[in-house]
Amino acid sequence: MLSYDIVIVGGGPAGLAAAVAAREAGTESILILERDHELGGILNQCIHNGFGLHTFKEELTGPEYAYRFMKQVYDMKIEYKLNTMVMDISADRVVTTMNKTDGMNQIKAGAVVLAMGCRERPRGALNIPGYRPAGIFSAGTAQRLVNMEGYMPGREVVILGSGDIGLIMARRMTLEGAKVKVVAELMPYSGGLKRNIVQCLDDFGIPLKLSHTVVDIEGKERVSAVTIAEVGPDMKPIPGTEERYTCDTLLLSCGLIPENELSKSAGVELSPVTSGPVVNESLETSIPGVFACGNVLHVHDLVDFVSEEAKRAGENASKYVKEGSKKSGREPIKFVATEGARYTVPSTLDVDRMDDLLTVRFRVGAVYQDSYVSVYFDNERIMHNKKRIMAPGEMEQVILQKKKLAEYPDLKTITIKIEKD
Amino acid sequence: MTYDCIIIGAGVSGSATARELSKYDLNVCVLEKGEDVCSGTSKANSAIVHAGFDAAEGSLMAKLNVEGNQMMDELCADLEIPFKRNGSLVVCIHEEEKGGLKELYDRGIANGVKDLKLLDKEELHKMEPNLADEACAALYAPTGGIICPFMLNIAMAENAADNGVDFFFNTEAETLKRDDDGIWHIRTNNGEYKTKYVINAAGVYSDKFHNMVADKKIHITPRRGDYCLLDKEMGGFVSKTIFPQPTKLGKGVLVSPTIHGNLIVGPTAIDIEDKEATATTAAGINDLIAKAGMHVNNLPVGRKVITSFAGLRAHEDNHEFVIGEVKEAPGFIDCAGIESPGLTSSPAIGKMVAGIVCDLAKPSKKANWNGKRKGILNPSEMTIEERNELIKKNPAYGQIICRCESISEGEILDAIHRTLGARSLDGVKRRTRAGMGRCQAGFCSPRVMEIINRELGIPMEKITKSGGKSVIAPERSKAGKGDE
Repeated sequence: MLSYDIVIVGGGPAGLAAAVAAREAGTESILILERDHELGGILNQCIHNGFGLHTFKEELTGPEYAYRFMKQVYDMKIEYKLNTMVMDISADRVVTTMNKTDGMNQIKAGAVVLAMGCRERPRGALNIPGYRPAGIFSAGTAQRLVNMEGYMPGREVVILGSGDIGLIMARRMTLEGAKVKVVAELMPYSGGLKRNIVQCLDDFGIPLKLSHTVVDIEGKERVSAVTIAEVGPDMKPIPGTEERYTCDTLLLSCGLIPENELSKSAGVELSPVTSGPVVNESLETSIPGVFACGNVLHVHDLVDFVSEEAKRAGENASKYVKEGSKKSGREPIKFVATEGARYTVPSTLDVDRMDDLLTVRFRVGAVYQDSYVSVYFDNERIMHNKKRIMAPGEMEQVILQKKKLAEYPDLKTITIKIEKD
Repeated sequence: MTYDCIIIGAGVSGSATARELSKYDLNVCVLEKGEDVCSGTSKANSAIVHAGFDAAEGSLMAKLNVEGNQMMDELCADLEIPFKRNGSLVVCIHEEEKGGLKELYDRGIANGVKDLKLLDKEELHKMEPNLADEACAALYAPTGGIICPFMLNIAMAENAADNGVDFFFNTEAETLKRDDDGIWHIRTNNGEYKTKYVINAAGVYSDKFHNMVADKKIHITPRRGDYCLLDKEMGGFVSKTIFPQPTKLGKGVLVSPTIHGNLIVGPTAIDIEDKEATATTAAGINDLIAKAGMHVNNLPVGRKVITSFAGLRAHEDNHEFVIGEVKEAPGFIDCAGIESPGLTSSPAIGKMVAGIVCDLAKPSKKANWNGKRKGILNPSEMTIEERNELIKKNPAYGQIICRCESISEGEILDAIHRTLGARSLDGVKRRTRAGMGRCQAGFCSPRVMEIINRELGIPMEKITKSGGKSVIAPERSKAGKGDE
């Protein structure tokens, strides 16, 4: 059986950054497995700019951002396989792959980094009634068709959901000469970044209708009209508020789902909130030696944070290969996300294994203005940071210091919550 | 040319009939208004092989149901399509309605259903742990099964075509009349077709053709059924097909594993006028979810639904299959009112209808008829060694195109290039399952389009979801135009 110290499942931004970091940390034997015909993942179809402000202090397009990491992978001669599907990952880290040239292959991995990314929520999961004609696309599929294949999915567009890809595609379709008639969002707030609402909708005069959903799709063969309606606090459409838009295309941008089918079959414990693996401070899952990073772990707002997280996963995988699991034997500290904070990554913390600083990321469940992110060590509030605005579309973070934690040797839980004052 | 026999409709009844007729020295063709077989009622149903205890004793429906059920093992083996007798349970949730189960049991026995058994509460919950606590008794029919309706329909049609039956797609029969020589002239959007015998297997439109030629009119109501299909994660939620006790409107909302490992919930039963109205409605889906939840505990509808759809049953007013030659229209043979258990009955329907034609035409049997069909390979059922052997021979089997269902390029190429091959995304989907998984073709549709484009030479801008005007990406983007 082939064996590698680290096998990285996915050659998108997370997998690339993890590979580079693992090599820099001294691991030679690394293999990246990518199912598509090139490295770079979803960034290849994100031809707009705005990537890399944090990482490179400049605005790059998606392919440019991906290439920065791809170049490092090439320069470091890190091995990768394209057009290669991972069919299975076992609990003892045997990775089964398939491609045209090698057929089915089993690879023994010293450590595995899960970096499979996410998929878009399809129409079925949204229970939108109506016909099932051509012309209904998830926003990412439309993005691929337009930006990579060079085809237009349609001319008159309604978008359901205000996730970032939907917002970006509203602008993209407009620039391609299509008429985007409306963006409807079920929630009373947008699921995307503020800057995307301004740059992709407001600048083009595209209306965003919050608390609205699609209640009917017409067209037997191709979409001919879509009806949206306002929803009440119970999320149910309010009769009498229906508005019908003639259109030939409906794009859906209603949430991303981490793709954890492989993780599940390996036996990795998943969080019901993020749908991603439950990880500790080292981004290690419930299976020792299996790490996770990027959108397979939790859906990110900015790729810069993916790269940063993946770097840690790569470094920790490298450390695991060299040193094995060095547990302190102490019960790990548990993170509790409550009162506005929906989850945290990581979920647990072993202070002995953390770096000097630990970034804990989370998302809020509603829009909060002039509120505080509070961190409690057991019952003691040790952080109370005022934020002018927090929204579900944007990730939040707190940074914990090892030296501060050292002052609390018996700490059991760290609670993160949002407080009005 | 004058055909010996023309079948209107390439649904499951028409295709079963075509296969049966292909055993004889007859010139047979099938006219289908859709771009593929299995485009109407046959494509959207519960995918159940019913045991046969529902239909009224002595009815044609009961007879053909039980016969069709019994034919299914051999037929599916010959056609290399999956079929499983997972067993059906009719579950009673009200003590006072237990008597209904005994009635069903007696009717089943009278209909010739084998191995029926009445279960008490304890046996029942042992068999199916996720049943609602209220479930107090059940009728168990081990002969009930699950099947892929697309594959059954497609495989019968393919086999018929391989044995010489012509299929004409995008060809809609409009009117028909019999000339003085007894030849039927069928006018279609693609010209006129002539035949000695015509079989009306037009699904929800079968009343239209019947009423053109018959004195005694029939009336078909499109009875809509909404369904939800759940993620494979939920495929093991129940192992048997769970039915409520039947009502006037039918067998009620079932919860069942599918042959491919999903969970299906449905159908509703909503009588409508429009024979094309396959749109689901919020009311329908809500009703469905409420009813499905009555017989099982904590059904995870909502987040686990991957798609919902609606089908139209061809409900004839007397709730009976209408099969036979119309006396005043010699050579016109009805195969009408085929609603549930139509899928189950289809092999028997095909045999019966072909029998009627043979009684009239007295054809001789073909010497070289081959009832076996090579199925599309299912590499996921192979060992690693077998799969490697396959990939070595044909590397396309090593390239996964549909991630969710693990469908390779090899399977898609087979689906495109075989007899009556796929020409659209839905055609590929129904033959291979590419695009039928949890992402619902989000990832694979551009790739499948590229394969269709490359293999069939259909321009990308002309590739459809399911024929007609269902074009996926009607024009080039600005950058795409620059490529040209």
